Amino acid sequence: MIYPMKLTVNDELIELEVPAHRTLLEVLRNDLGLKGTKEGCGAGECGACTVLLDDEPVNACLILALQADGKRVTTIEGLSKGSNLHAIQEAFIRHGAIQCGFCTPGMILSAKALLERTPNPTEKEVRRSLVGNFCRCTGYQKIVEAILSLAKRGDG
Amino acid sequence: MRLKPFEFLNPSSLEDVFELLVRYGNEAKCLAGGTDLLVQMKQRRILPKRLINLLPLSELKGIHKAEDSLRIGALTRHVDLERSAFLEKGWNLLALAATKIGSPQIRHLGTIGGNLCNASPSADTAPPLLVLHATVCLSSLKGNRQIPLEAFLTGPGQTGLREDEILKEVILPKPPEGSLFTYLKLGRRKSMDLALVSVAVLVTINPERKTFEQVRLALGSVAPTPIRARAAEKQLGGNLIGEEAIREAAETAAQECQPMTDLRATAEYRREMVKVLVERAVKQSLGFPIPPTGI
Ligand SMILES: Cc1cc2nc3c(=O)[nH]c(=O)nc-3n(C[C@H](O)[C@H](O)[C@H](O)COP(=O)(O)OP(=O)(O)OC[C@H]3O[C@@H](n4cnc5c(N)ncnc54)[C@H](O)[C@@H]3O)c2cc1C
Ligand code: FES
Ligand code: FES
Repeated sequence: MIYPMKLTVNDELIELEVPAHRTLLEVLRNDLGLKGTKEGCGAGECGACTVLLDDEPVNACLILALQADGKRVTTIEGLSKGSNLHAIQEAFIRHGAIQCGFCTPGMILSAKALLERTPNPTEKEVRRSLVGNFCRCTGYQKIVEAILSLAKRGDG
Repeated sequence: MRLKPFEFLNPSSLEDVFELLVRYGNEAKCLAGGTDLLVQMKQRRILPKRLINLLPLSELKGIHKAEDSLRIGALTRHVDLERSAFLEKGWNLLALAATKIGSPQIRHLGTIGGNLCNASPSADTAPPLLVLHATVCLSSLKGNRQIPLEAFLTGPGQTGLREDEILKEVILPKPPEGSLFTYLKLGRRKSMDLALVSVAVLVTINPERKTFEQVRLALGSVAPTPIRARAAEKQLGGNLIGEEAIREAAETAAQECQPMTDLRATAEYRREMVKVLVERAVKQSLGFPIPPTGI
């Protein structure tokens, strides 16, 4: 059976029809062609599929598209404005926090969720916010440094 | 990993849910955050024909404080527990355990109701809820019934939930004045792992007489369900606070649990770790110095 649904993806309202067993990840990648969001494990372990659902980080591989009906989704494609990258994307490049890049979209969205709630995180808070995002290349240190470089220190 | 096709049912009220459960029986499964259910369906461990989407039901949401108790809706997510201002004093033990679950992504999806109905021996909300004397409210067309959480958890993946029922809310009585508590979880790594052993402790003490008053201990992952360690509790209750007494009680707890060997750890290791963690948890709740551990 096919069900109608609505989704606001990166500020654009989209109406679509999906079968119940289609995950949000499959809709993003296959129906909408947004391949920035990756599939690693498909089971909530690796975080490669992390997107923001109503501004909160979730595993898109563990949500039915229909469960996201009426909600707002932010994917990595929604971060840059024209040719201007988002500050977190710039920081990742500046700090060499990207190698193969497979984990990067999920890492950046987890970082965005953290910095929005906690603009001045400690290193521990940064590391805790990334426990659900596996990186097999960088050893995490440069990712943590990139995010910490964006922390809004003191009252400035 | 792909899901097999199924029908998606979107009830608009609790009555709708109950009617769907009566109509479809064990062909239908309730869907909350999906972090257990969808993984099991992807792995083809269960293949329900129909899913009943609970998520939009506001009756199952929110934490409500009454005079002497707290009512936590089944759809309350782990992140809501972490952030709730209601979870103060002894109740804060539940928030502490919620912070140790999975990742931020999982905590934004997973619910307390799902954690309990999935009934894993390692469910992280269960040991704290056991020492907080939680009861669960189960609801169906026939009405509500309340049973102690301890009676609700009957085996690995098994609960007292009847086919026509859902878990509506978790009810916590007021914890004793001056409750001291902690939750320790040992995994193979610091995060993103299920517990090999977990320990929740809640105690009250008489500072003048330097004795324990109430002592409540619960263990996760070392029996078919999360359990209370009653023999160890009895050994401490009313007695003088001291390192030796705590060590002996920890040994009792290690004897009374029934751990299993599986891929993740042996029964012997788990038993030994119950001893270590119970001692550490009781000491930590009392504010004794303990070595830094990272768990
Ligand atoms: C990567 C990963 C890491 C995890 N880490 C942890 C961890 O550290 N600790 C831990 O304890 N768990 C962990 N889990 C397991 C899971 O996230 C939790 O158990 C979670 O609380 C389940 O809630 P849910 O809402 O997602 O349940 P669902 O998957 O929606 O449901 C689980 C089961 O309960 C039933 N159900 C749900 N709600 C109700 C209700 N109100 N009434 C009746 N039946 C209901 C469903 O039919 C299903 O059988 C992890 C899972 C993943 C994928
Ligand atoms: S693909 Fe979703 S967590 Fe790995
Ligand atoms: S850069 Fe390759 S997995 Fe992180």
